[in-house]
Amino acid sequence: MSAPAVFFYAFGAAAVLSALSMVLHLRNTVAAAMSLVVTMISLAVVYVVLDAHLVAALQIMVYAGAIVVVFLFVVMLLNLRHDVFAQRRERLVKLAGVVLALGAAFAFLQLVPNSLPTVQEIPADFGSYAAVGRALYRDFVLPFEISSLLLLAAIVGAVVLAKRRLS
Amino acid sequence: MEIPLEHVIGLSALLFAIGTVGALTRRNLIVILMSIELMLNAANLAFVGFARAWNSVDGHIFVLMVIVVAAAEVAVGLGIVIALFRNRESVNVEDVSLLRW
Repeated sequence: MSAPAVFFYAFGAAAVLSALSMVLHLRNTVAAAMSLVVTMISLAVVYVVLDAHLVAALQIMVYAGAIVVVFLFVVMLLNLRHDVFAQRRERLVKLAGVVLALGAAFAFLQLVPNSLPTVQEIPADFGSYAAVGRALYRDFVLPFEISSLLLLAAIVGAVVLAKRRLS
Repeated sequence: MEIPLEHVIGLSALLFAIGTVGALTRRNLIVILMSIELMLNAANLAFVGFARAWNSVDGHIFVLMVIVVAAAEVAVGLGIVIALFRNRESVNVEDVSLLRW
C-alpha cells in the first residue's frame, strides 16, 4: 500500500472514531467540540490525499479554526457542563431505526458501487489554489458574490439575535 | 490513483450517518449543531471524491459554498442558542418543544 492510501485509511478511521465518540460517548460539550476538531483535521488530511489542496487549507482555517472556536466560545459563555442523552427510548422506534439503517446500508452496498464513474487520470495541478481560484473567479463569480451577501446577512442576524435587549 | 471512489463515498456515508444519529439522539442544541456540521462535512467529502473522479474542480467550488453556508448557519444557530439560553436557562431541546405535535 502506498503512502497516500495509508494516510487515507488511517485518517479516515480517525475521523470516524472521533465522530463516533462525539456523537455517542462524550457528555462534556467542550470534549465533544475537541473531538469535532479531530474529525475536521483528519478530513483535511483526507482532502490532501484526494488532491483538494485549497479545500484542505480552508477546512483547517474555517472549520477547525473558526467554526469550532465559535462553538467553544458559546459553550464557555453559557457555562455548560454536562449533556444528557435522550431518556425515553421506545422499543418500536429503536427497532424501526435499526431496520431502516440496515436497509439503507444494503441499498448503498447494492446500488452505489455499480453506478460510480471510474476515476480518470487527473492533471498535476488539479485542486491547486490556482486551478480552483481560476474556476471560482471565472465561472462562478456570481455565486461567490452572493455568498458574501449571505455571510453579511448571517453576521447581522447573529448580532441581532444574540445581543441583549436594551429596554 | 489508488484509492477507489467507493471507499471515499463509503467514508462519506458513514460520517453522514453518524452525524444523523447525533442530530436525532442528542438533546443538547450545541451538540446537535455540531452533528449538523459533521453531516455537511460528509457531503463535502463526497463532493471532493466526485470532483476527482470526474476530473472537474466544480466539486471544490461546491465545497467552498458549503463551507460558507455552514459558517453562516453556525453564526445564526449559535445566536439563537444564546437568545434561547437567555430566556429559558437551558439548551436542552426537551425544554423548547412547544411547537412539537
